[in-house]
Amino acid sequence: MTASSPLAMLAPPLIRLERASVSFGAVRALLPTTLAVQPGERIALLGHNGSGKTTLLRVLHGLQRCDSGARHAVAPLRQAMVFQRPFVLRLSVAANMRLALWLAGVAKDEREPRMLAALERVGLRELRARPARALSLGQQQRLALARAWAVRPEVLFLDEPTASLDPGAKREVEALVAEFADEGMTLVMSTHNLGQAKRLARRVIYLEAGRIVADRPTLEFFDLPLPDEAAHFLKGDLPWH
Amino acid sequence: MSAFGESLTTAARLIADADAALLHIVGLSLAVSASACLLAAGFGLAGGAALAAARFPGQRALVLLLNTLLALPSVVVGLVVYLLLSRSGPLGSLGILFTPSAMVVAQTILVLPVVAALTRQLVADGLRGSGEQLRSMGAGTGLRALLMLVHERWSVLTVLLTAFGRAIAEVGAVMVVGGNIDGVTRVMTTTIALETSKGDLPLALALGLLLLGVVALVNLGIAGVQRWRGALALGNTP
Repeated sequence: MTASSPLAMLAPPLIRLERASVSFGAVRALLPTTLAVQPGERIALLGHNGSGKTTLLRVLHGLQRCDSGARHAVAPLRQAMVFQRPFVLRLSVAANMRLALWLAGVAKDEREPRMLAALERVGLRELRARPARALSLGQQQRLALARAWAVRPEVLFLDEPTASLDPGAKREVEALVAEFADEGMTLVMSTHNLGQAKRLARRVIYLEAGRIVADRPTLEFFDLPLPDEAAHFLKGDLPWH
Repeated sequence: MSAFGESLTTAARLIADADAALLHIVGLSLAVSASACLLAAGFGLAGGAALAAARFPGQRALVLLLNTLLALPSVVVGLVVYLLLSRSGPLGSLGILFTPSAMVVAQTILVLPVVAALTRQLVADGLRGSGEQLRSMGAGTGLRALLMLVHERWSVLTVLLTAFGRAIAEVGAVMVVGGNIDGVTRVMTTTIALETSKGDLPLALALGLLLLGVVALVNLGIAGVQRWRGALALGNTP
């Protein structure tokens, strides 16, 4: 069942926000937002820096509590998140994987095969005894993806996963994310990369100043007229003009 | 010959002679300070990491107090422990005043804030960049703190070395609770203080150099282990 299929749309959402809002002191990072994430969806969050993309991602994941409104998620929901700058412990690649699997509650006898399969998947199996910190940033991001994929998440959150990478590493990571999505994993990613949003997403949500300005299927987002703020963003206009 | 030159010659002679009394003093200094550091590590690492990871009312005040205790005068610690362990004190029944055990207790109290405060800062800095990622993987507060201690283990070792340096170099606390009894509680710093008071400055300085040499050897040993572990890790193949 893919997100575009009518069945997916009829299924109960994996996550639902009802007028969820977040403030950091006087800064309103997310205005009351209502949103549903259906199984198998591939959602890209677009917007300028500080528009609320990461806050929305964190609220959807459950890392950030809402000041008002509510987040509802199916229980139990297996979820994982890949961050812009992956954090890996000063341990071997294999130990980092084992730790992630242990934290996710994967049974002991399943951890080793899952670890090897995930590392194979991202091309790091041969480097599993290496200190994770000795890997390049691109390899560390692939390790973060392996760590996330290994726990078989129903929803994978990605916070600008290729923003810190060189073009080669960007392509590798994007290809892996595309593979995960093709297998039916639900994706919610924030990105500044319009091409990446076009290639990976089936639905684009554009945010500005903590507010959802546009929420459309990808093709419609890029081909049909948009509200002014989103149209300016696509054209690359400076936000204060 | 200048006092410094004479001190160097005396230090060299002390090492060459390997005097039994001196070896006992060096051995006791190392044993007391290492024991105090181990005890302080047990409480300080756990306490400091917990203080960095948890959120509770009064946390800032506790951090302020802990950081203030970094300047705890060793003589004051010695006096407090003396009052606690003296016959009329609440712990007098233990009968450990003027023994190495009392010196360990005093030095533990002295270095505990060092271990706890530096660990708290270390873990707090680490969690600022990684805490959310560990949380997203399912690690609770205590586990995040523990993982950060593992992650920063070499820096933790530096914290413990700092604490060891503070312990082995202090004189006030061990003098008060140990009494500087020859062959029983005499350690390097109390010997230096004694020789200074007797006017034998070259010997006092020589003992000071010896103390620095002992600490340098400990540091070298740990640095060697760090390099060996690092090389081992990078040389690993699947």
